[in-house]
Amino acid sequence: MRRVAFWAIPVAFLGFFFVYPVVTIIGRGLWPGGHLDLSPVGGVITDPSLRGILWFTVWQAAVSTVLTLLVALPAAFVIARLQFRGRALVRALMTVPFVLPTVVVASSFRALGFGPSTTAILLAHVFFNVAVVVRTVGGLWSHLDPRQEDAARVLGATRLRVFTSITLPALRPAILAAASIVYLFCFTSFGVILILGGPSRATLETEIFRQATQLNLETAAALSIAQLLATVAMLVVAGRLQGRSDVAMDLQPVTDTARAVRGRGDRGLLIGVLVSAAALLGTPIAVLVVRSFDTAHGFGFDFYRALSTLRADSVLFVPPVEAIGNSLLYATAATVIALLVGGPAAFAVARSRRGGALDVGLALPLGVSAVMVGFGFLIAFDPPVDLRSSWVLVPIAHALVAIPFVVRIAVPVIRAIDPRLREAAAVLGASPRTIWREVDLPVAARGLMVGAGFAFAISLGEFGATAFIARPDRPTLPVVIFRLLGQPGAQNFGAAMAASTILVALTVAAMLGIERLRAGELGAF
Amino acid sequence: MSARRLLSLVVVVCLGLGVFATSASAREPVTITLMTHDSFNVSKSVLRAFTRSTGIKVRVLRAGDAGQALNQAILTKDHPLADVLYGIDNTFLSRGLANGIFEPYRSAALDTVPAVYDLDARHRVTPIDRSYVCVNDDTRWFSDHNIARPTTLEGLARPEYRGLLVVENPATSSTGLPFLLATVAEFGDTAPGEGGWRDYWAQLRANDVLVVDGWEQAWYEHFTAGAKDGDRPLVVSYASSPPATVNKAGTSARAGTLLESCFEQVEFAGVLRGTEHRRGARKLIDFMLSKPFQEDVPEQMYVFPVRDGAVVPPAFAKFAQVPDDPLTLSADLIDENRERWIREWTEIVLR
Repeated sequence: MRRVAFWAIPVAFLGFFFVYPVVTIIGRGLWPGGHLDLSPVGGVITDPSLRGILWFTVWQAAVSTVLTLLVALPAAFVIARLQFRGRALVRALMTVPFVLPTVVVASSFRALGFGPSTTAILLAHVFFNVAVVVRTVGGLWSHLDPRQEDAARVLGATRLRVFTSITLPALRPAILAAASIVYLFCFTSFGVILILGGPSRATLETEIFRQATQLNLETAAALSIAQLLATVAMLVVAGRLQGRSDVAMDLQPVTDTARAVRGRGDRGLLIGVLVSAAALLGTPIAVLVVRSFDTAHGFGFDFYRALSTLRADSVLFVPPVEAIGNSLLYATAATVIALLVGGPAAFAVARSRRGGALDVGLALPLGVSAVMVGFGFLIAFDPPVDLRSSWVLVPIAHALVAIPFVVRIAVPVIRAIDPRLREAAAVLGASPRTIWREVDLPVAARGLMVGAGFAFAISLGEFGATAFIARPDRPTLPVVIFRLLGQPGAQNFGAAMAASTILVALTVAAMLGIERLRAGELGAF
Repeated sequence: MSARRLLSLVVVVCLGLGVFATSASAREPVTITLMTHDSFNVSKSVLRAFTRSTGIKVRVLRAGDAGQALNQAILTKDHPLADVLYGIDNTFLSRGLANGIFEPYRSAALDTVPAVYDLDARHRVTPIDRSYVCVNDDTRWFSDHNIARPTTLEGLARPEYRGLLVVENPATSSTGLPFLLATVAEFGDTAPGEGGWRDYWAQLRANDVLVVDGWEQAWYEHFTAGAKDGDRPLVVSYASSPPATVNKAGTSARAGTLLESCFEQVEFAGVLRGTEHRRGARKLIDFMLSKPFQEDVPEQMYVFPVRDGAVVPPAFAKFAQVPDDPLTLSADLIDENRERWIREWTEIVLR
């Protein structure tokens, strides 16, 4: 019974809020006037300039993913395993880039001297996605039993050998899950390509946007099919590589796995990670924080005050407190939806032989153009069930992006539950329901809470199709930032930087808060 | 006046007010939904006065930039999301009209608007405001460098202005597209080698024009009078942009406008076909042409009113110069060629 519910909830959610709108909009493009016309698909496949675009899309995403892993894995280790002062704060700070509007980050990059180039694209992708790896992989890493590694060391294995033979295989599912999410983010990256890549670089996503906004729905639909196929292919390959790690791992509480910094190796690694994170992630953020205080007459809070006074007489004015409130409201709703759908899905994926298909399905929203999902919402959610201008579409769209995180973080944790623990419970007379509640759920909660943090951040950063749908005016912080940047004048720019700084602070506070919640919940482990 | 008569007067007045109040609430307790782009804005006091006098509340639905708002209106035309669409301009007008999303309405207030702005003979849309996409220059930069300010579009291709201009990509920017259209209007749509816009852009490219994705990047990252460390003293922006660069004393604006380079954009509103609040929707259109709204648009949206005799704020009157004879193209011509021009432009300038 429970197993059916685990499947039914995510399948129904994905079917209604993703498959149905996307199929509707692609149908509008390929079934003009009631008959199927596949010629645009043929046109897309044979168009040489589109092949160039596809190639660029794929390789920039692949290189971005590799670079992100290279930067993020040492950071994930340091944060998961070493005890040092301010660890929680560093982890929270690393999530900040993830929520910042591209246009704000691009402006910081430019201030640091990066003109439009492929290098800027790659750097920005690393900047935005380090958090994905640090949190997804770090979540599992911090629970891995260190005694195995210690034993190997005692038996004479080198550090490298221990890492490649013990740690890496244990982490493989998490690394692949994180890598495929990062890849999809870079594959469908939009703002970074347009703004930091300069106008001569195009990807499938920017091309779909261009075609869709010209209402060339046939071409946009054909391109979307190509994008979908590429996404599915990538996810299937990643799933194969990931395999099914049935190995039960004796997961340990964070407090037992972390160790004090010892020896030159640890210290070097810690310093190296902190310095490179400060350089790569910290500088662009520092630039915008400094700019928010840098007024015409010295440093001050002028721009923050301007947030409450600038255009206060207009109907679209929103006091900063209200924008923060709106952001928190949407983020909370998105997180709750992501957990309600992602939680059951994680169990379904982890426990069922056909779970892989669900896993791929749930990750698809990351690999489909946001403009097509947005347009799909518009034509699919017609009367009588008119959701088109309802505020719930916003957290739902955010949840679509967040659910794969929740699932991918939780699945390795659930799979690692030692079956003997459950068998022991059964022997002692526990009913399946009790076993689930007392054994599985508490362990899964660890992963789910990390995923919840992500869902919250995703919503704070206004990810997804919501940028392309009309909605009643309940402006969030990113919306306030966009509006300010849309008008000329030093006051507007400064106030936009101030709003961005508030978004940074809000993110750090939210991440620290969620962390605390997590620690509280799992204190017993 | 005796106490008694005073009392009866009070009673009569109260009754009158009561009747008035009931009639006002019975008249139209409706909410009109206005779908518009993200740049839409109006003063609270102005909108409140409208609600007070008509009983109509206005719900604003923001829908991305002007092109996206129109796209959404077209995609949802079978079940419209709103009663009124505001923000379709002459560069996209034909697309909106061809898709049949508007129903005709001729506002009586249209008599106060010069006929040049009234571009649809069947009155499916009503002109509300106008703006001018122009090249802005940093006057201080040019005087500091002892270089004469450019005055014409043609001049921008000359060697002394090499590497000074930043423009927006017409494929992605609602500022870039009108500027491309300005060059088409100025130089003509002739074959390459015959001095038309294609040759002009090839010259601009050779003169190191910088293309960015959107207005924000152009103004806040490159324009020397808009960015902290800008590198380009010439930018494609608006005739209404210079007031944003006025000094503290309010005596001079750092940015100027090349009046010869301006392309006229007229912005329209229309009643969406299928509305259930036709009367209210029409009243909203009337209101947008009324003096209070028209005089509110410059400060709120950085655009110019279309109504004759609407007074613009002093900073506007002083620093936002309006061209007497702006560049224009017919909406049909734009619609027929928009995509092809953008594609060709991309080949000429970016590839």
